Amino acid sequence: MADSNPSQQQVANKKLAMKVLYVVVGSLLFAFALVPLYDVLCSITGLNGKTDNTAATLSKAKIDNTRVVTVQFVSAVMPGLGWNFYPKQTSITLHPGQIETVVFIAKNTTTETVSGQAVPSVTPGKASSHLKKIECFCFVNQALKSGETKEMPLRFFVSPDLPEDVKEMTLSYSFFKAPDQK
Amino acid sequence: MSTTTVAHHEEHSDHPTGIMRWLTTTNHKDIGTMYLTFSLVMFLVGGAMVLGIRAELFQPGLQLMNPDFYNQLIGVHALIMIFAALMPAATGFANWMIPLQIGAPDMALPRLNNWGFWLLPPSAILLTLPFTLALFGIGDGAIATGWTFYPPLSVQGGIGVDFAIFAVHLLGVSSVMGSINIIVTLFNMRAPGMTLMKMPMFAWGWLITAFLLVATIPVLAGAVTMLLTDRHFGTHFFDAAGGGDPIMFQHLFWFFGHPEVYILLLPVWGFIPQILQTFSRKPMYGYKAQVYSLWAIGALAVVVWAHHFFTAGMPVPALLYFMYSTMAISLPLAVLFFCWIKTMWKGSMSFETPMLFAVGWIILFGIGGLTGLVLADVAADAQYHNSYFVVAHFHYTLFAGGIMGIMAGVYYWLPKMTGHMYNEKLGKLHFWLTAISFNVTFIPQFFVGLAGMPRRIPDYALQFAEFNMISTIGAFILGFSQLLFVYNIIMCAKGGQKATDKVWEGAEGLEWTLSSPPPYHSFNEQPVIK
Ligand code: HEM
Ligand SMILES: [Cu+2]
Repeated sequence: MADSNPSQQQVANKKLAMKVLYVVVGSLLFAFALVPLYDVLCSITGLNGKTDNTAATLSKAKIDNTRVVTVQFVSAVMPGLGWNFYPKQTSITLHPGQIETVVFIAKNTTTETVSGQAVPSVTPGKASSHLKKIECFCFVNQALKSGETKEMPLRFFVSPDLPEDVKEMTLSYSFFKAPDQK
Repeated sequence: MSTTTVAHHEEHSDHPTGIMRWLTTTNHKDIGTMYLTFSLVMFLVGGAMVLGIRAELFQPGLQLMNPDFYNQLIGVHALIMIFAALMPAATGFANWMIPLQIGAPDMALPRLNNWGFWLLPPSAILLTLPFTLALFGIGDGAIATGWTFYPPLSVQGGIGVDFAIFAVHLLGVSSVMGSINIIVTLFNMRAPGMTLMKMPMFAWGWLITAFLLVATIPVLAGAVTMLLTDRHFGTHFFDAAGGGDPIMFQHLFWFFGHPEVYILLLPVWGFIPQILQTFSRKPMYGYKAQVYSLWAIGALAVVVWAHHFFTAGMPVPALLYFMYSTMAISLPLAVLFFCWIKTMWKGSMSFETPMLFAVGWIILFGIGGLTGLVLADVAADAQYHNSYFVVAHFHYTLFAGGIMGIMAGVYYWLPKMTGHMYNEKLGKLHFWLTAISFNVTFIPQFFVGLAGMPRRIPDYALQFAEFNMISTIGAFILGFSQLLFVYNIIMCAKGGQKATDKVWEGAEGLEWTLSSPPPYHSFNEQPVIK
């Protein structure tokens, strides 16, 4: 039958079909490659206000006494996490390079021990890579027992390379229920 | 008779009859008929769902259904119309007409063609089954996220989301198979002498569509697979608490989603100029300009995706880039409009049903394109995003630009496919009812959208009541008018006045050189194009 003796045409067709199939496989791989690419792109450009979520080393940079920036703090608790969560002070004005500690307060209003994960975001996006956290409650999950209240410190500085035109920035934390718990 | 060019053809020269004929067929005309029939059935199913939606919106307040069921109808309506009605209709025409138009004996990969079709009915069942399961207390119904699957909603949703994800996988595999087949057919099976730049415009439209499909459908498949693993296997692709990002899903989805809107339309932009030239009785204007414009649109289509979520938060340079690149698409589109109009210019025009649909299509699709420009403006979109203005915009492009274009094609080729003329009077009545009630349905949606009525909400503020009532009345007329279409097709398939080979006085192209209907095996001897 036809298959035992494929015509030239059929051979050529199968060949081209395979080539197109490679394109399909290629774009499937591309889809998954976009995940790390997206993260890299976001941390380079500050897209989405993603901040570097690892501890910055202590600033050896000089304090820039010639200007000040105001950092505002915003907090949110995502659905599913029965906590209260708010910054003790809503903003701070400091010199670039100056190290400061601010405190956020969290209270578990439920009857169970729950752990949460805070996700930071900075606007404007171009400022996000200049907010350096030395110590942050957002680096790891935070567990609170039923009814427990906890002061959560954030120790940070604003890098002196911050573009001149940024005079104000907002650091927002959303507290999510940490994944993988019942 | 040449046996070398079509070695596979004796396989089914004594083809089985009854259901086995359709299950096992590898004949491009049979498969095309199955695609078109499936599409018509799903068009009615998706239409019935939206009549439920419009009935609920007839008055403010909740009358007929709870909000969750309303959202399920919205999501499944859109998925069915896009993946199970419009796309299969275009593929059905491709199967029927591409081999005839390029003088090939069949599609290049006939067996793949058969599999491609038979993946569709199971995926339609997957999409709609959760409705039925919910009646028996299993799960909480179908996917309720809209067709866009946005997390976190889609991660939290019930089994309906899983069913929809698997349906999308099957639909994706099916359309990738169809695209591979079309690409291979167009490259390898053209009649001797038919260079690429002599291909009929419909073939061009489909070639670019097929490229877009193989490049973007896998990205959608990847994105919904990540959703699936987020839902069930503890990954955190789209979970901010786990280090992922829900916005990333929007990028992945629209990297597919924007090209998809051109995937739905490029085949139509292919055959509408053929209809225009037939009924204007003069050659198509600007063939080359049209081909290059199709390419330009195909290329731009993959670099503008973020205009669907301007409001999600982006740096200003990104906003500007996506705004200007989106607006740039309207340049090649304007070239196409110019060519379509110039094709008719000073022609000796007549207005049979296909031509009525084609001319109405130009006007209505034009409104769709212009309102798209409004949405592409970042500043304006901040107000219009997620409002009924967007709903009206994409129905002018997808119902008028897509479905009404397909209807033009159905009336144009039906006599060729069945060998009988359809009822012209009914066809014209169908056109006028459709065109008028379509506008009655969707013009009010522009108004309520501008005034701030959000989409995907079953209830609304009282000031929107009159326009919604008008829109619902229009929708019911629009819906029931389609029964005329179905009736006309069925009667035409059964019998009627015999169609000539050429069918239309001004028809040009290889498909019109064959008998009506064409023999089961056509072009076993390929014609030579001079
Ligand atoms: C020059 C032409 C066009 C421009 C500039 C344009 C622009 C846009 C923009 C900016 C949006 C996003 C609006 C929002 O969500 O706020 C949009 C939505 C949409 N457009 Fe277009 N568009 C054009 C043509 C088309 C065509 C030809 C189609 C379909 C074939 C189409 C289908 C859609 C769909 C389906 C949506 C809504 C998707 C959703 O959110 O569910 N558009 N368009
Ligand atoms: Cu788009």
